[in-house]
Amino acid sequence: MAETNLKALGGLLARQGILVAFVVFMIAFALWNPRFIQIDNVFSVIRSSAILGVMALGVTFVVIGGNLDLSVGSLLSFSAIVVLDLHETPGFGPALAIPAMYAMTMGIGAVIGFLVGYLKLNSLIVTLGMLSAIHGLTLTWSGGQNMDIANQQETWFGIFGRGSALGIPIPVLMFGLLAAILAIILSKTPFGRKVYAVGGNGTAATFSGIPRARVVFLTYIISSFCVATAGLIQASRTMGAQNTVGQGMELEVLAAVILGGASLLGGSGAVFKTVIGVLILGFIQNGLLLAGLQFYVQFVVTWIIIILAVWLDIATKRGKFWSPIA
Amino acid sequence: MKNDNMTHLVKNGAIWGFIVLELIFFQVVGSVWSLSQSAFIDPGNMLLLLKQSAPIGIIAVGMTVIMINGNIDLSVGATYALAGIVMLDSMTWPIFVGLGDWAIPLAWLAALLTGCILGAINGLIVWKTGVDAFIVTLGSMLGFRGLVFMYNGQQPTYHLNWTMVDIAEWGAFGLQTSAFVFIGVAFLVWLMMTRTVHGRNAYAIGNNREAAVNAAIRVGPHIMINFVLIGFLAALSAVAFYSGSGSVNPNDGMLFELWAITAVVLGGTKLAGGAGSIVGTFGGVLAIQLLRKGLGHIGAQTETVNLVIGLILIAVLMLDKQLNRKGQEELKL
Amino acid sequence: MTTDRKPALRLEGIVKTFPGVRALDGVSFEVYPGEVHALMGENGAGKSTLMKVLGGIYQPEEGRIFVDEEEAVMTSPLQAKAKGVMFIHQELSLADELSVAENVYLGELPRKSLGRVDWKTLYERTDAILSRLKVGFTARTIVGDLSIANQQMVEIARALTREARAVIFDEPTASLTDAEKVVLFEVIEGLKAEGVGIVYISHRMEEIFKITDRVSVLRDGSYRGTLNTADTDEDAVTQMMIGRKLDLTRNEEHVELGDVALKVEGLSCHKLFQDVSFEVREGEVLGFYGLVGAGRTEIAETLFGLRTPSAGKMFLKGKEIHIRSPIEAIENGISLVPESRKEQGLVLGMSCRDNITLPQVDDMTAGPFVSDGAEIAIFDLYRDKLEIKTPSSRTAVGSLSGGNQQKIVIGKWLSMRPEVLIVDEPTRGIDVGSKSEIHNLLRDLARQGYAVIVISSEMPEVLRVSDRIVAMHHGKVMRTFTSEDVTEDSLIQAISGIESGRAA
Repeated sequence: MAETNLKALGGLLARQGILVAFVVFMIAFALWNPRFIQIDNVFSVIRSSAILGVMALGVTFVVIGGNLDLSVGSLLSFSAIVVLDLHETPGFGPALAIPAMYAMTMGIGAVIGFLVGYLKLNSLIVTLGMLSAIHGLTLTWSGGQNMDIANQQETWFGIFGRGSALGIPIPVLMFGLLAAILAIILSKTPFGRKVYAVGGNGTAATFSGIPRARVVFLTYIISSFCVATAGLIQASRTMGAQNTVGQGMELEVLAAVILGGASLLGGSGAVFKTVIGVLILGFIQNGLLLAGLQFYVQFVVTWIIIILAVWLDIATKRGKFWSPIA
Repeated sequence: MKNDNMTHLVKNGAIWGFIVLELIFFQVVGSVWSLSQSAFIDPGNMLLLLKQSAPIGIIAVGMTVIMINGNIDLSVGATYALAGIVMLDSMTWPIFVGLGDWAIPLAWLAALLTGCILGAINGLIVWKTGVDAFIVTLGSMLGFRGLVFMYNGQQPTYHLNWTMVDIAEWGAFGLQTSAFVFIGVAFLVWLMMTRTVHGRNAYAIGNNREAAVNAAIRVGPHIMINFVLIGFLAALSAVAFYSGSGSVNPNDGMLFELWAITAVVLGGTKLAGGAGSIVGTFGGVLAIQLLRKGLGHIGAQTETVNLVIGLILIAVLMLDKQLNRKGQEELKL
Repeated sequence: MTTDRKPALRLEGIVKTFPGVRALDGVSFEVYPGEVHALMGENGAGKSTLMKVLGGIYQPEEGRIFVDEEEAVMTSPLQAKAKGVMFIHQELSLADELSVAENVYLGELPRKSLGRVDWKTLYERTDAILSRLKVGFTARTIVGDLSIANQQMVEIARALTREARAVIFDEPTASLTDAEKVVLFEVIEGLKAEGVGIVYISHRMEEIFKITDRVSVLRDGSYRGTLNTADTDEDAVTQMMIGRKLDLTRNEEHVELGDVALKVEGLSCHKLFQDVSFEVREGEVLGFYGLVGAGRTEIAETLFGLRTPSAGKMFLKGKEIHIRSPIEAIENGISLVPESRKEQGLVLGMSCRDNITLPQVDDMTAGPFVSDGAEIAIFDLYRDKLEIKTPSSRTAVGSLSGGNQQKIVIGKWLSMRPEVLIVDEPTRGIDVGSKSEIHNLLRDLARQGYAVIVISSEMPEVLRVSDRIVAMHHGKVMRTFTSEDVTEDSLIQAISGIESGRAA
């Protein structure tokens, strides 16, 4: 029967679909334009994806734990503005500004984690509220002004965004390193196991003695740590930032995570898959640019890809292409 | 008891109580600290409020219907921008130019049609693929925004037609066109949700989808109609706003979806669907705009508005959670 | 029953298959106007599939349905309704934010021009139906404000919106009090008098014998026959349902008992249960028997830290303990195999191995990482001990059979080496073969010296595994039996609250 064939094919695609699609896409583009897979082009793609990617790593934890985080874009603006402002504050400098920024960003993450984890409030609304609140906080902090580092020659702050080591750009290294560490935490540690359990079936997790509230809380701490890192890269790369630098990124980040195959219901997804999701978005943008198209064409392409990816996923699970909705 | 009369009252009246509190607070603080020469509760000021609320308000009315139905639409901001571009741009099309001012209604029609089509695309995908509306509209938020940019690159789209501006700026009883549109839309959609079979079925679907399916309510067409409606309303909001301003920036309408959702949730509509009201949303929209104005009135920086609204949204959620507690017998999960 | 009249509803040779299963294998039966016809069978016998065929949700591969001897093809719930076949579902299917009237006419609200609802007609018609049912609320009441019993009445009102030829009641009394049941039975009598055919699905024998005229029995998807209720008795029906005589063997094995593992004194939790005292020793199985809603599960949840008791004390091995969360319960050696396997027991998307080690994943480590070796050791041990059949330890637990899933949950808690193991409904939704395996397993645990508490709604199960049985009724302990002095009748009397005996 057609349905069983679909299921068999779907089984393969569901497991490795996103990877298969990625490889096909890369090969097709490389054949069309060999410049696409040259090492400097690849690095430039990863570097430009690094900020989005680092944020997506953290959101992966939140989503697998069964929640959403719409506040990461706002929080990115906050961390970039704060680190730049502190950097310019006399007596601070990068060595103090960076840890202070991490502490504040993660403090906000802790508030969200408390509200969603311990008070069990709906994460969509809480983070929607925080999106607005953090934006207000950022504007209040900056007084509505953009932030710049006045004397860019005399600071080592630019290293996170502009530096490179062993021929690899630092943002790429940070993204890779963080991805590796978080992938290990998620797939190999007891904590990672608990994140899957809490997102997969929170009630059963509670009945198994898993401290559900604490696990959810920690996913938001991880998410805010990632945002702080992304904010550092952002601020360092441009040595300045607008109040709205992260605006709208929360949904792009979510798109990358979903493209990586995580379910919004929680309990499924992986760091590795999210990285693939981020890279797909990055390479599509790059490929379209190389093809001479404007950057915004990627929005439309991303739209189609997201819908197709999620549709294929659920179609294989239910064994029918079309939904049974009457 | 879950459905105490008291709880009903608190829930339905909360937003209006909040508005009254806001009014008193800003009036008192404004005059006591003499931060402002003018009274806050001034008829002209209050009427202006409606005009300023209109763009988000019209969209929030549509969002209420979508959310009562159990879905969500994140793409309204992009729909708003695209409809605005189509309206202004169409007036420069050769066939329209020759019509003089008769091009105006046709341009409006083109914009509204655009909104309906974009809404229909969302609705059709949600219906036919069964993908969650959150994901579908998250995708189309990006996709529609891409279409906005593809239309005119990163350039703003201008077209100023003075007749159209006059229509937009027309006023009576101190209210301007967009305020009338907002009030009219809210009233008509309120009628739809409370009086028509479609409206009642939308509640039933959001409230208990399985029951609706068992009762042979066709869920798909209702979802479809509501997505077309919100697309139409997003376009109508653009028509009301851009007729006066005459210029669309491709980034316009960003975050509108989040503002609209905030207003709807403040107005008491349940995220899970099935409960909520247009009247509540109307209050939610006013409350937000009042807060904006009020903070300006007492000399607070406009930036604090976002902070305050975000915190209020979370506070409302906490209050709602508290009201819905089942007491000490509850299972601790 | 009169046979010269036309049946109101007749099924003929209904066959419905699902991949790998013949869910209905040529089922036929008929219900006459004015007759109450019971449909009985164990879980999985095919009752709910049959109802879905009747309701137009499933289409049968073979067989025909007749309403008033006219063939009716049901392809949607609406069509079934149009033919006069009405359903009162076991699980309430109401929109609780809407009014009673809107729920009663859900999907077919009367219309005026412009798609407007004709409220006047709607309220009039609904109030007319409600007055037939003699209920104390009106068409305008919001359904969410009604008690469960009254919500059930709304469901019933829904079945009366059209001229019904046949009304199907699916476990209608599951959540009703005795007084509410009386009202329901009056409604059924009323329908009967109007010449409606009634299909009555229930597990409760006393109701079957009280209100039905005939009983038809399904087993394993096929029709096993019809009996006149007046000419038969419970044993005969039961035997037909399970294909053999009901096994009411009592547990006769007695392990030498050890110390008192858990002692509970005067435990109460608000309105859920009051003043519950008992003790369970090592090597003993203590059964809790009672109807659904008697407070048994709530006691287990309180012992496991999921509810806060309002009074009472708990002693573990003679030491008083205060348990505020499952984590503390587990630390104290109390484990709970919960009532609902899929919702509370397992993370269905995770593997068998990960589910078994979930409560102790913190200890399954080598350095900071989860150690495959430690997990496999635990998994293999319990797979062999409990004879869990799974293709591999990596298989998603959701793809196993109910019996094997239950063994995974039991294995999960045995691997924690608990002082007290509480098992709530150990064999719900499990096939007959696996049932007896689980019963043997529970006895085996007692033999190994575990203190076991078994909560069950099935009398044969409680009798089979328990050394002592606590009978509960409306949140109170009525009596505690030993396996020597327990009799079926005394047990049933105790859980029904003494004064009401068995209906004949």
